[in-house]
Amino acid sequence: MTRVVPLRRPWLWLGSALVVVLAALLALSVWRNPNIQHGVILQYQFAPAILAGLRTTVVLALLAALIGTVLGVLLAVMRLSESPVLRLASGFYTWLLRGTPLLVQILIWGNLALLFQYLGPFPTNDVLTPFVASVVALGLNEGAYMAEIVRAGIIAVDRGQNDAALALGMSYPLALRRVILPQAMRVIIPPAGNQFISLLKATSLVSVIAGGDMLTAAENISSANLHTIELMLVATFWYLVLTTIASLGQHYVERRLGKAGVGMHATS
Amino acid sequence: MLRALGVRKRYRHEEVLKGIDLEVASGEVLCLIGPSGSGKSTFLRCINHLEKVSDGRLYVDGELVGYRERGDRLYEMHPREICRQRADIGMVFQRFNLFPHQTVLQNIIEAPIRVRREAKAQATEHARALLARVGLADKADAYPSRLSGGQQQRVAIARALAMRPKLLLFDEPTSALDPELVGEVLNVMRGLTEDGMTMIVVTHEMAFARDAADTVAFMDAGVIVESGPPGEILAQPRHERTRAFLSRVIGART
Repeated sequence: MTRVVPLRRPWLWLGSALVVVLAALLALSVWRNPNIQHGVILQYQFAPAILAGLRTTVVLALLAALIGTVLGVLLAVMRLSESPVLRLASGFYTWLLRGTPLLVQILIWGNLALLFQYLGPFPTNDVLTPFVASVVALGLNEGAYMAEIVRAGIIAVDRGQNDAALALGMSYPLALRRVILPQAMRVIIPPAGNQFISLLKATSLVSVIAGGDMLTAAENISSANLHTIELMLVATFWYLVLTTIASLGQHYVERRLGKAGVGMHATS
Repeated sequence: MLRALGVRKRYRHEEVLKGIDLEVASGEVLCLIGPSGSGKSTFLRCINHLEKVSDGRLYVDGELVGYRERGDRLYEMHPREICRQRADIGMVFQRFNLFPHQTVLQNIIEAPIRVRREAKAQATEHARALLARVGLADKADAYPSRLSGGQQQRVAIARALAMRPKLLLFDEPTSALDPELVGEVLNVMRGLTEDGMTMIVVTHEMAFARDAADTVAFMDAGVIVESGPPGEILAQPRHERTRAFLSRVIGART
């Protein structure tokens, strides 16, 4: 048996060592920093106010994702419809909501009472509480992004699938639901997962209208006790927990979809 | 069963069908032959309204396809009505177009259950009988990607038959198949002709046209150049264009 001598890579080793040392120094400088009181972090990590905020963050993200997905499918179908008006309306919506900062949209929804005092018979501020305004702003914005993701998924499905479904006497909505969308899922899920993770973090923006999310809670506490960094670290920890769970969920769903459509390409 | 009167189809710049007149009686088999781009497939897709005709009329079983006639005007049909018409017209595609996310059985029972509102047990029983008929009784639970092209096409035929169509359209059903798989599909189709199924087949399989067709129509550049019994059209074509096409096709085959 001949011995294989691996290529020596001194620079690779040196680079790796440098990264490790720098990371250790950074961790140490944060940990040993006299301006950080670790006790405060521990004190607030599971504080009821923070946990309530965490719950609101999760609910916000889930509701916005739900609204965004339904809206996204609707907008995508409109975008692909025969009617120029519907196509244009969908395109305009996406253009407007993707083209303006989410922060601005949240501020507008949060302050809508300045524009309309009443929504129908109800005072605007009774209907659009900070939480509701947050859900609406995030959901509508999410819809614009989901529209593009869903559209890409639908376009990726072979045209013959639609032909076959229609030729069997299916209506377009039925064909969409039973034939097109299930196949589009494979293309939709990975970017939709990314989109959800980015939504989880975007919920923090609603703190500007006191949306009641986790960052709002953390800011409320830190503005009282002035331990800003500590409370941001508390929030950081929970955001990482949420995004990690979401990533694992995405991974799981992708694997399951992969199995369900064993070699789906082969048919067409 | 099918009557076409002056059917035209225009796309933006070109006219693909320039007035097709045709009649297919119940139980008859029509083979449409002709060079690619001659409009055969487009005509087939007009029959079940996958393409809208630009002019002319198509009647299936005496009923105008896609429109309602009232006075001297044609009114476009409600999509629901078009679906009802399509449900009675089966179609088999060149590239099979089975639903890849469903098993063979699910592919076959999907439309009977969702469109015809058949009970699942009844639809399944019918599907299994059809699978046996196309020689694939053991593949009910397989996904399409696990099947050969010939098997997929036989499933596609079973799927079309599950709707108990009055008329079956075949759009080059064997053109995407490896040569050794063509026979099994043609055999299934021959079986259907013996059962008296009304069929319109766009094909390049001249042997099939000769044996199975009641009528062969030769299309070129958007018109039917000539049509008649296969013995006439294939053996003694009257038109130069037909002769040229046949000699090309047959020369290429042997």
